[in-house]
Amino acid sequence: MIVEATGLRKAYGSTAVLDGMDLEVAEGSVFALLGPNGAGKTTVVRILSTLTRPDGGELRVAGFDVVREPAKVRGVISLTGQYAAVDDEQTGRENLVMVGRLMHLGRSGAKARAAELLERFDLVDAADRRVKTYSGGMRRRLDLGMSLVAAPRVIFLDEPTTGLDPASRTTMWDAIRDLVRTGTTIFLTTQYLEEADRLADRIMVLGKGKVAAHGTADDLKARVGGERLDLRFASAADLDVAATRLGGFTDRERLVLSVPSDGTAAHVHSVLDDLRAAAVVPARVSSHRPTLDDVFLALTAREGVPA
Amino acid sequence: MSYAISDSMTMIGRSIRLGRRKVDTLIMSVVLPLLMMTLFVYVFGGAIDTGTEYINYVVPGIILLCTGYGAASTAMSVADDMNSGMIDRLRSMPIRSFAVLTGHVTASVVRNALSTTIVVGAAIAMGFRPSASLVEGVAAAGLLLLYVLALSWLAAGLGAIARSVESASALSFFMLFMPYLSSAFVPPDTMPSFLRGISRHQPITPVIETVRGLLTGTPIVDQGWIALAWSVGLLIASFVLATALYRRRISD
Repeated sequence: MIVEATGLRKAYGSTAVLDGMDLEVAEGSVFALLGPNGAGKTTVVRILSTLTRPDGGELRVAGFDVVREPAKVRGVISLTGQYAAVDDEQTGRENLVMVGRLMHLGRSGAKARAAELLERFDLVDAADRRVKTYSGGMRRRLDLGMSLVAAPRVIFLDEPTTGLDPASRTTMWDAIRDLVRTGTTIFLTTQYLEEADRLADRIMVLGKGKVAAHGTADDLKARVGGERLDLRFASAADLDVAATRLGGFTDRERLVLSVPSDGTAAHVHSVLDDLRAAAVVPARVSSHRPTLDDVFLALTAREGVPA
Repeated sequence: MSYAISDSMTMIGRSIRLGRRKVDTLIMSVVLPLLMMTLFVYVFGGAIDTGTEYINYVVPGIILLCTGYGAASTAMSVADDMNSGMIDRLRSMPIRSFAVLTGHVTASVVRNALSTTIVVGAAIAMGFRPSASLVEGVAAAGLLLLYVLALSWLAAGLGAIARSVESASALSFFMLFMPYLSSAFVPPDTMPSFLRGISRHQPITPVIETVRGLLTGTPIVDQGWIALAWSVGLLIASFVLATALYRRRISD
């Protein structure tokens, strides 16, 4: 396990932000910490990347004790925080060279590495423009590039796509997948279930400083049940008739009845036949597989955390 | 050790580059000195009687006034780094992140040297005629350098604890104000007695009296040693304070 934490605790004043959490991340995998704002995701990242001292708990990154050997941990990790840590008044290339110099690659080594990363993150054309002229997506890509200068073993990404438009988000996801291919371990936080679903091998749902659930995306989805059929009706009266006949959950606002299903055509047929016999016909029918959103809402609602 | 030096060099290069490119910093260090020089010599100067040509009196004062503005922009640059993601990036790297302060302080000294050159150049164009020998000139430059270094560390410390760029600017306000309560623009004898006390017992007056003496031959008496003691004392205190405030800021 390249990242291991047991009994992680942190309080600010009398407010416990993390109340005894355990986690482990396998080398070369993608781990996503998922939770609403204020769940403590950033605190976990700050503690693991040596920026904040925990109040208690055992923490190791690449075998080094995070509290006792922070310098060694810093040698194998890199952090891309929530707000792009780039200098607006420097060019993209200058930003990268600066990091290379700080990582002691030497003058020519830093330049060569900068050129490589500009290429990799599709910033060649903008390389010698000041960063203040960059779009949000370009800034994030440069920020990620700056984190990769020294080829770290573990990368912490705190909400890497928050505030990005869908196209930039997809580009960022591709960049993250590329990293995984090179064997880098990724520890990311996100509020987007889709992001965790697409990228992560393992997902931990955090609510109010505690682990609400942990597992693969499929594990978590299994916890809220299987597929269902959504039937939308034209009137509340029809909805009520159908509900008495079929059971399931009713959403009176949207006039939708959700019934458990195995997703087969035979089941859809039998449901529709049943409804025809009762003389109510749904306006629309859709088959629905559980998403992490369902998991998230179910878990955080149980924890009493507003999602 | 050699890494500590090369890290500092990298951060110094960065701070100088940023200073050169930020329009407000550039205005502070180039336009402001010219403006102040013109303002004091042509607008106020005629009405102030110092017993000599006013331009000969006021040059050291303008230099120190610009130093105050320079310090304020240093505090703001440091605060900007401390409140953006930059400090987190630096701290999560295997380097001594304190180099970020060293970078800003050194850049501040370089900017002040530029401002001072501009002030002196403009003054000479307006009729300032220093009588200093080379040794006196070097001594004046040395004292100013020491004072600027001290003030820059103080500014860096204030910038390190400021929770925003705006509050860094507010914290460094006194640095802009102090020169007015010194012998920079008017002889302290003309001030009411309580202000005379403040003026005599703050670092700017002895520094100004010494620089003025070195450049134009006015009597320095014991002000030279007092200026040196203030500057060295302030430098040590500011550096210790900046280190402590930085440590405190990054430990949470």
